[in-house]
Amino acid sequence: MSKKDPSLQGWQDNELARTLARFPERKDKFTCHGGRTVERLALPEEVDQEYLDKLGFPGRYPYTRGVQPTMYRGRFWTMRQYAGFSTAAASNERYRYLLEQGQTGLSVAFDLPTQIGYDSDDPMSLGEVGKVGVAIDTLADMETLFDQIPLDKISTSMTINSPAMVLLAMYIVVAEKQGVSADQIQGTIQNDILKEYVARGTYIFPPQPSLRLITNIFQWCSTNAPKFNTISISGYHIREAGSTAAQEVAFTLANGLTYVQTALDAGLALDDFTPRLAFFFNASSNLLEEVAKFRAARRLWAKLMKERFQAKKPATMMLRFHTQTAGNTLTAQQVDNNIIRVTLQALAAVLGGTQSLHTNSRDEALSLPTEASVRTALRTQQVIAHESGVADTVDPLAGSWYVEQLTDAVEQEAMQLIERVDEFGGVVACIENGFIAGQIEDAAYQYQQEIESGERVIVGVNEFQVDEDVEVPVMRIDPAVEDEQVHQLKQVKAERDQEAGQQCLSDLETAARSESANLMEPVLNAVRCYCSLGEICNVLRGVFGEYRGRAW
Amino acid sequence: MEVYRVLIAKPGLDGHDRGAKFIARALRDAGFEVIYTGIRRTPNEIAASAVQEDVAAVGLSSMSGAHARLFPAVLASLRQAGAADIPVLGGGIIPAEDITLLQEAGICSVFTPGTPAQAIIKAFKDACQQQHQHRN
Repeated sequence: MSKKDPSLQGWQDNELARTLARFPERKDKFTCHGGRTVERLALPEEVDQEYLDKLGFPGRYPYTRGVQPTMYRGRFWTMRQYAGFSTAAASNERYRYLLEQGQTGLSVAFDLPTQIGYDSDDPMSLGEVGKVGVAIDTLADMETLFDQIPLDKISTSMTINSPAMVLLAMYIVVAEKQGVSADQIQGTIQNDILKEYVARGTYIFPPQPSLRLITNIFQWCSTNAPKFNTISISGYHIREAGSTAAQEVAFTLANGLTYVQTALDAGLALDDFTPRLAFFFNASSNLLEEVAKFRAARRLWAKLMKERFQAKKPATMMLRFHTQTAGNTLTAQQVDNNIIRVTLQALAAVLGGTQSLHTNSRDEALSLPTEASVRTALRTQQVIAHESGVADTVDPLAGSWYVEQLTDAVEQEAMQLIERVDEFGGVVACIENGFIAGQIEDAAYQYQQEIESGERVIVGVNEFQVDEDVEVPVMRIDPAVEDEQVHQLKQVKAERDQEAGQQCLSDLETAARSESANLMEPVLNAVRCYCSLGEICNVLRGVFGEYRGRAW
Repeated sequence: MEVYRVLIAKPGLDGHDRGAKFIARALRDAGFEVIYTGIRRTPNEIAASAVQEDVAAVGLSSMSGAHARLFPAVLASLRQAGAADIPVLGGGIIPAEDITLLQEAGICSVFTPGTPAQAIIKAFKDACQQQHQHRN
């Protein structure tokens, strides 16, 4: 076969032609300085069967080369900086600043009490209010958070897991109040509880009722909010906890398979919810291994969906993902070096075909980032997009012997781990028996030992150190924020219709006790009555119980 | 060397325990007996474990910026539990200006990212030895 292979013609006439008709490319002509044409898709001399099986064409199974036929020639990835701190008003101001600076989507960071379903005045929230994200207690906070931000135009990603249903309900009601119906909203909720048990730690309920909440969301959104991504299956935190690249792929896809199976068991139809599954990966420092990892993850997911669930529709097999650069690689020493680390990591994400990207700021090993640092992080993406040229051709590293070999290796290693998880009885069993957490911990320990021994060089930390006496400006959260937030919550609770709120909470409890009920509507009603996040989660704690994690 | 027993604890709601687990394991490899609380423990729970397990030192870890409130809260809980003599060390994402504040509050050593494990192990040894002498 050659470049004239009929499959190439088929791709050009179908996937490519359809995409070009709907989404014209950014430029009529892509050229290097001097006028040499940049090819849309570089191909081997011979397009043979092995090429078609392993790589294929972008936007076609097995999606190794990307999920869209024209990739970034059509549109750049979404530049989406994760932000949120202090109060809803302060975060709203930062969001509007980021949008003015050319950011194209929002990504909300919630504080830990919000992520674990505690109100700001709960004793468990002491010291944590407004620290790692914005504090949200009731709909009133959410109204402030999105004030003057048009929810029909902006897509919003929300890093929220165990209480995802409550925050999604608040978002829908805020949109309603803006005159935007649920079927118009765009964005993503993380909603990935399984990785919380092994890596990130913001669980509330045990795995089974948590999986029910997730399935309820899939079901409700497939009819009412079809443009909203109902889950972001996340390897990011697994990698941050210390896993290898292959473990990141394996445990993430294993979690994904579990969500799919749970939803099918609950009676959902495969093609109704799978197009709204999104993924979230880490971009760490080993540039070529990371590029290979993204390509391998795409290919493996497509194969798994086809082989295990007989998926036929492209949207059901396509792994679309967000990427964040690796927070754990940032150093507190010589913080400017972090800008270079982030650049390499962001480049890996783009060469790997990410759909959206967050670049970390240079000062994040010290505190939340300052506004100036966030701007540099966003500029890093803009330089890669507009100046580096890597976005002008699809999957530029394809065909490199090393990258292809590495892609195969990561895929194989990940598949073997998925099979081990299967042998143990699946992900939930592996959370309980500690297999996944143990694998991650061993990899993390080994990595850190390599740094301690000097075998692995971290510039500025165990080599090339300098005496630093330069004060780096850090962002601080005023401790008064906690008191202010508690005060506001008291006010909202005093002013609302108490009886209506109590009725909503009692309806929610009844629905929670019936396993076949979908909890989305009762939660929407409770949110509308300004019931707080803590009140809603406490009702569910009463019915579902609480999960207490393993120590190690 | 005497085998010292130490408690590594995660106060507050922060779930990032890669560092805490690494230190726990490195201390164990260095000959300590180590108890790790797991994540999301209240100051009272941490003090109760420290007393119950009769540890020679407590190490706290926080990455969420809650150290300024939570580390002193653990010290207060230890005092209430009659265990003010147990030395407390701390680490995490802690800005330079907070280090002095924490030390003034009674945290005996504060470690920030990039500190070699050997330095942390030595600080635990010193703290345990002093506590031991103090008790005898």
